[in-house]
Parts: sequence; structure tokens; C-alpha cells
Amino acid sequence: MIGASVLDREPDAHTTTSPIIEVEGLTRRFRSKRSETVALHDVSLSVNQGEFVTIAGPSGCGKSTMLKIIAGLVPASEGSVSIMGEPVRGPQKQIGFAFQRSALLEWRGVRKNILLQAEMRGMDRKHAAARADELIELTGLTGFERALPHELSGGMQQRVALCRALLHEPRILLMDEPFGALDALTREQMNVEMNRIWRETGTTILLVTHSVAEAVYLGNRIVVMSPRPGQIVETLEPGLPAEREYGPTMQDPRFAAASERIRILLGASQSHD
Amino acid sequence: MAAPQQTAPGRAGSPQAQDGASTTAIEALERRGNQSKARKSALALLSASWRPALVLAGLFGVWWLVTALGLVPAYLIPSPAAVWDVFVAEWPQLLQHTMVTLQETVVGFVLAAILGVVTAVIMVYSPTAEKSIYPLILFAQVIPKIAIAPILVVWFGFGMAPKIILAVLIAFFPVVVSAVAGLRSVDPELLELSSTMGASRWKTFRKIRFPTSLPHLMSGLKVAVTLAVTGAVVGEFVGADQGLGFVLLLASGNLNAPLLFAVLILMSIIGIVLFLLVELLERIVIPWHASRRNNLVLAGG
Ligand SMILES: Nc1ncnc2c1ncn2[C@@H]1O[C@H](COP(=O)(O)OP(=O)(O)OP(=O)(O)O)[C@@H](O)[C@H]1O
Ligand SMILES: [Mg+2]
Repeated sequence: MIGASVLDREPDAHTTTSPIIEVEGLTRRFRSKRSETVALHDVSLSVNQGEFVTIAGPSGCGKSTMLKIIAGLVPASEGSVSIMGEPVRGPQKQIGFAFQRSALLEWRGVRKNILLQAEMRGMDRKHAAARADELIELTGLTGFERALPHELSGGMQQRVALCRALLHEPRILLMDEPFGALDALTREQMNVEMNRIWRETGTTILLVTHSVAEAVYLGNRIVVMSPRPGQIVETLEPGLPAEREYGPTMQDPRFAAASERIRILLGASQSHD
Repeated sequence: MAAPQQTAPGRAGSPQAQDGASTTAIEALERRGNQSKARKSALALLSASWRPALVLAGLFGVWWLVTALGLVPAYLIPSPAAVWDVFVAEWPQLLQHTMVTLQETVVGFVLAAILGVVTAVIMVYSPTAEKSIYPLILFAQVIPKIAIAPILVVWFGFGMAPKIILAVLIAFFPVVVSAVAGLRSVDPELLELSSTMGASRWKTFRKIRFPTSLPHLMSGLKVAVTLAVTGAVVGEFVGADQGLGFVLLLASGNLNAPLLFAVLILMSIIGIVLFLLVELLERIVIPWHASRRNNLVLAGG
């Protein structure tokens, strides 16, 4: 397959069981003049090396905030986060971050937007360029290398942001609703692609989503959160095999059971909002 | 694997295809394709500039009519022919004075642009500096420039220096204000992104913050360049032995209306030409910005 050559670092690393991300007692409050919002309340989560954890929860429950705290972009009010045993005190460089809004530079074409990652990190140019081309092909952006963001659809912009987050082959990938703007079909294809990237690279992935199907299909563990103040209400491990074909997985009774459970949890939590 | 096939092929060449001009004739020409880029933009420029040209011709016609019918005495409004005669007779001197004013304006504008951007960068990156600089800038802005002109002449004499300083003082403010607004307009998520990439402050400034500020900055520069002309001329009013402001004072002293009009026209030309140059610069540096897409010099708002 195209792109497999660059994606085959650490095969099968996702079976290891040392925590790579540790979140403990995390609370985050936002103060404004009139009120105080508790975005997250006492959240604890430990992610093992090579795991794919998906986070599902209602809008405004602090999912984006949690990812940003883990990335060291937003400070916690209480509690602690550590990555690879090191406490997070500032922006983390060893991660790849895909923002909820694609956050592209509007004056750069697709390829140059992806290569921003390499320029900022001072990566080897030839290596980075070759990898960017592979990622462009992988995500179906071929032919748009020089198109500016305003000439792209929302879904294409998100794919550019995804390529940018993957360019430097990070060990940890934090993704905030990366496929939110995609149509259903493209989204499925991107999900299959994400599953493959995960299996082949052994990257530890934390992905926030609103889609129950996406959460169950992608995650080996699914974290369900309650509305504000965001808390973890349940963690599910459906036990699906790492390699998942889309159609058959949808039919799998474990998939159906997990999806049903998440729907109940989200529905129930919404009722006393 | 080419996952989202349906969007990839087909459109590849088209993004740049929609051009500014809305006339159907131009669109039809574009559809036919195979047009050289230069030819296309020349056509577009033509379609963009006929309106302003028409307005100018109309004004000229009214002017001519008013004088030809003798509605206003010639010592108040000279005829176009009389003004033309002045241009022909005095051209070498007029040109020389124009060049003086142009030079003062350009030097003043460039200095104001550099100083303004540097000040804005300092203000955006250091809140303490901002607190101490801001009142100074505001003070420099509210003090009437015409009132400091005599002091500047006392300090710096009759040469170009006081005119340049006046042009800087008057053009500086819009540059600072627009540059600060531009540098502040950066999407905070882009800065967060940059910090996850481990980028230095300088790299973040160069690759993200400064380009983001350009659309704002360019608007500020457009205002600044027209003000710089005023600054230079005001400086010449107060104390000068050359420059268009000096000639204007002479002409007004002699009640020489044709010369007054000729000088006014030259001043306007300086302003318009410099403005268009900044517009051109804007087209070159921010072709990607929303305000520039599908827009041409003189065509858009
Ligand atoms: N910078 C901020 N200042 C004040 N309040 C904030 C800030 N960022 C987030 N919040 C608040 O914190 C809560 C959680 O926000 P967050 O963006 O993390 O939600 P989310 O779960 O990502 O929602 P969505 O699914 O809609 O993206 C919201 O109520 C929001 O209003
Ligand atoms: Mg969010």
C-alpha cells in the first residue's frame, strides 16, 4: 500500500502496557467576570503505549480543554498530567496535534501547510518533502498540492491538518474531532485509514469525536464523558480485534453492544442537563 | 490507497480560474481559455478602470464648461487651457519642485513604515513597553502637526529634514495602529500549534504572526502614504525655498490661479501614484487574502 513504507515504525507496539500518558485528578475552571465554568472535574485517565483511546461526550464537556491540557497548551487548575513519566509543564513537542478547527495558514498551499511542521522543527528537507508527498497521496489530496485553504472544502482542510500532524511521525497523536467536517463516506474511509496508520506505526492516539460509530470503530478503549462539569462516566473496552474491516466490524455484536451502551450513557447524561 | 477519491480529480487546475472582472464578455473570453495571463489581466484592468476614467472626464468637462461659459471669474477658477499653458511654460521648474516634494514624502513614508512596524512589534510582545509607549504615541498623534512645523523649522532649518519629520509624524500613527491590530489578529490556535512544533519565537513571528498581520498593515500603509504627502506639503508651507508647498504659497501670494491649480494637480498625482504603488505592493504580498481575491486595482471597494 502507498505510504506503508513510512508508516511501519515499531510494528505491533500497541500491545505494550506501560502508561505513556497519565492524567490524575484533573480539574479545570474558567473564570469570567460574571461566572465560573467548571470545564473538567477530577478526571483521571491513563493511556498505555500504543493504545488508541477515543473520547466521546456531549458538546461543551471539556474534551478540547482536556486535549490541550495534555499537550501543555492550557494549564490545569488542579491535578497533574505526565507524558512518558515527565510532568507536563509547557507545550509538548513530541506530540502531533490536530485541532478541532483545521488551523491552516491561509497564504500557504496544501503542501507548504503540511511542511510547516518540518520548517518549525528544522527537519531534514528532503526527507520531509518525500514524506509530505506520501501523506498527500495517502489522504487523497493529490492534485491539490498548491491549492490555498480557501480553495479547499472543509473536509479537505481537515485532511491537510491531519497530514501536518503526522508529518514528523510523532509517538503521541492528539486529535480533536479531526473528521467532523467530512461527509459520511469519506469519514469512513478516513477511519479505515486511521486504523491502519495506528496498527502500522504503533502511535499512541487520543481522539475526540461526536460520532458513536467512529468512537467504537477506532478505539481499543472508549472514554465516555458527562456534560459540564466534564467527568468520565464510563470506560469501555469492546475487545474488537486491532485489524478491523469496516463492514464486518459494523455487524459485530461487540460493536453493537458498545455503541448501544454509549448511546444510553450519553442520552442519560443529557437528560439531567 | 486513495481514500476520498470523489474530491480529488477534475478540479485540479480550476482554483485560480475565477478572475475578478464580472463582465460577461470577459468571462466568455476566459472560458475560451488559452489566453495569456498578461492579456487577461490587461483586459481586466481595462474593464476595471473605465469607470474612474469616466468620472475624471466628467469632472474635467464640468470644469471646462464652468470656465467657458464665464460663470466664475478667471482669477478664481482658471480655464483648463490656462492651467495647461502654465504646465507647458513652467514644466522644468514644476518638475523639479515635484521631485523635491516626492522625495520628502517617500522618505518620510518609508521611515514611518519601518518605525511604525518596529514599534508595533515591541508593543505586541512587551506589555510593559506598550504601557509606556502608548501615551507617547497618542500624544504625538493628537498634537496638531501644523503647530509643531514652525518648531521643527527652528530646530532643523529650511532643508528637507523638517518636512521629512513632519511626514513621518503624520504617517506613523496609522502604521502603528494597523500593525498592532494585525499582529494581534493572529488565531491563538495557530500560536498553540506553533508551540507544539517547538518553534522559536522568531520562527513563529516570521512564519505565522507577521504574515497574518499583513492585510491590516497594508490598509494602514495606504492611509499613511496619502497622509505623508500632506505632511511634506505642510512642512513646505512653514519654511521652504523649494517643493510644491513653497510654489503653492508663492502662487497664492501672486493670486496666480492657473499656477495654483497646476500645483494642486501635481500634488494629487503624487498622492494617487504613491497610493497605487502601495496597492500594487499589496497585490504582490497578499494575493491570498480575502480582500484581494477577485479584486483589481480600482475595481473593488
Ligand atoms: N478559554 C476559555 N475561556 C472560558 N471558557 C472556556 C474556555 N475554553 C473553554 N471554555 C469552556 O469550557 C467548557 C468546555 O469547553 P471545550 O471546548 O473543552 O468543550 P468540548 O467538549 O470540546 O466541546 P465541543 O464538543 O463542542 O467541541 C465550555 O463550557 C467552554 O465554554
Ligand atoms: Mg471541542
